[in-house]
Amino acid sequence: MAYALQQLINGVSLGMIYGLIAVGYTMVYGIIGMINFAHGDVFMVGAFVSLITALLLGLGSGAAGPGALLLVLLAAMAVTALYGWTVERVAYRPLRGSFRLAPLISAIGMSILLQNYVQVAQGARVKPTGTLVPGGVTLMETDGFAVQFSYVQMLIIVVTLAVLAGFTLLVTRTPMGRAMRACEQDRKMAALLGIDTDRIISLTFVIGAALAAVAGCMYLLRYGVIDFYIGFLAGVKAFTAAVLGGIGSLPGAVLGGLLIGLIETFWSAYFSAQYKDVAAFSILILTLVLMPSGLLGRQEVEKV
Amino acid sequence: MSALLSMQGVSTAYGAVQALTDVSLEVAEGEIVTLIGANGAGKSTLLMTLCGDPRARAGRISFDGADITALPTHAIMRRGIAQAPEGRRVFARMTVRENLMMGAEALGQPGDELPRVLALFPRLEERIAQRAGTLSGGEQQMLAIGRALMSKPRLLLLDEPSLGLAPLVVKQIFGAIRRLNAEAGVTVLLVEQNANLALRLAHRGYVLVNGRITMAGTGAELLAREEIRDAYLGGGAH
Repeated sequence: MAYALQQLINGVSLGMIYGLIAVGYTMVYGIIGMINFAHGDVFMVGAFVSLITALLLGLGSGAAGPGALLLVLLAAMAVTALYGWTVERVAYRPLRGSFRLAPLISAIGMSILLQNYVQVAQGARVKPTGTLVPGGVTLMETDGFAVQFSYVQMLIIVVTLAVLAGFTLLVTRTPMGRAMRACEQDRKMAALLGIDTDRIISLTFVIGAALAAVAGCMYLLRYGVIDFYIGFLAGVKAFTAAVLGGIGSLPGAVLGGLLIGLIETFWSAYFSAQYKDVAAFSILILTLVLMPSGLLGRQEVEKV
Repeated sequence: MSALLSMQGVSTAYGAVQALTDVSLEVAEGEIVTLIGANGAGKSTLLMTLCGDPRARAGRISFDGADITALPTHAIMRRGIAQAPEGRRVFARMTVRENLMMGAEALGQPGDELPRVLALFPRLEERIAQRAGTLSGGEQQMLAIGRALMSKPRLLLLDEPSLGLAPLVVKQIFGAIRRLNAEAGVTVLLVEQNANLALRLAHRGYVLVNGRITMAGTGAELLAREEIRDAYLGGGAH
């Protein structure tokens, strides 16, 4: 029981990270109908910017204050957002109106480019950092097993919920959010209403990248080790989460992220930690075969 | 009176398929002008070409004295043109109110036209909190026109507002167009298959055949032409 509770805590905090990345996949898919395969690497860039900012602030050994952490988070969001904007501008916009596969291929190229760029600029070795948020509370103790809820896990959950709440308000309550939803539903009509759809698409990439940066920052705090390749696996898992939740659905992305996090964690705990990726990707295949529109996705309706 | 909108020698193509050839037309401020023609003649293409999508391959389009031929769609619409397009294209997963507000917000307007739009189409007020996808075809058409009106356009482009609607609903919608023009002074370019209805409403009309303008005249003149009656009015049944 205690063991399961511990896995639940671990799974939810991991799932939050996947959910944040998955939102970026699902947003971009919703608005321009492409899978942004470089998104996982944008997450990786977010983790690196977090690390660099932390080092610049002199963090890295010992606990960091909340102000410093906030600064790290904001810097990561700002710089990574710029990356997201640039990726769209350079690799996808020139291909708009081209055949459907073109931006997809370009995205894979962009993914490899970002990985190699970070590898060259930052080195290929793994980058460890000290424990920036140490400690935690012991929730219960039975049969010699202590259920730990670490402060960093609390931080991940609280920050993610706050960011997602802000994001939801933005999408549902502001003119900008309405313009985004209009583009998602009918881009041509949105343009006919005077919406600059290119600007909205840029904005989508910027917001998606900022959310991925939050995930990258949380990942760094949680695991303390990053390298240029973390974006691949995290990206594919977040993509799985987006598909599981129903690609195009924002709540679905978060739900999918949580489920993937939980499945992975419980699988590791009860079966095999080595084969945890098998569990996640089996879910991807099963979803695509049995339930292609996902848990909260809409059935594709042909537009007349 | 100088033209509010003018197209001179405009041609458009979808890939290799020529859709409009050397089209010239004018719409003066305060007019209702209709464009009639058979299915596939290029009527919707003409309205969309005005809006920059697809872009004219040749010719010049000017609005209110300025050349808009090369402007992107959103920039054209921001100059005071609004369209209720073919198929209505309401945002099905937004409420009626959100749909209407989109018409104003995209241009940074506060949406103070809302009471007038709701007065014109009282049915929309009854359905204001409903999702647009749940509306009937006639209500969706009212919504599409209402949304276009929210930006207080100087030129309103209407693409087949009567399509697929019951005669009574068509009558309501055409009544609304007439009122808009007479009372609010909105200039209208109306594309219609229902030539009889359109020519009775409009001051002037153009006939589009295979992407070319073949006839032009006042509504009454065109209604009286035998070839129009044969081709578009059911063999002179009127």
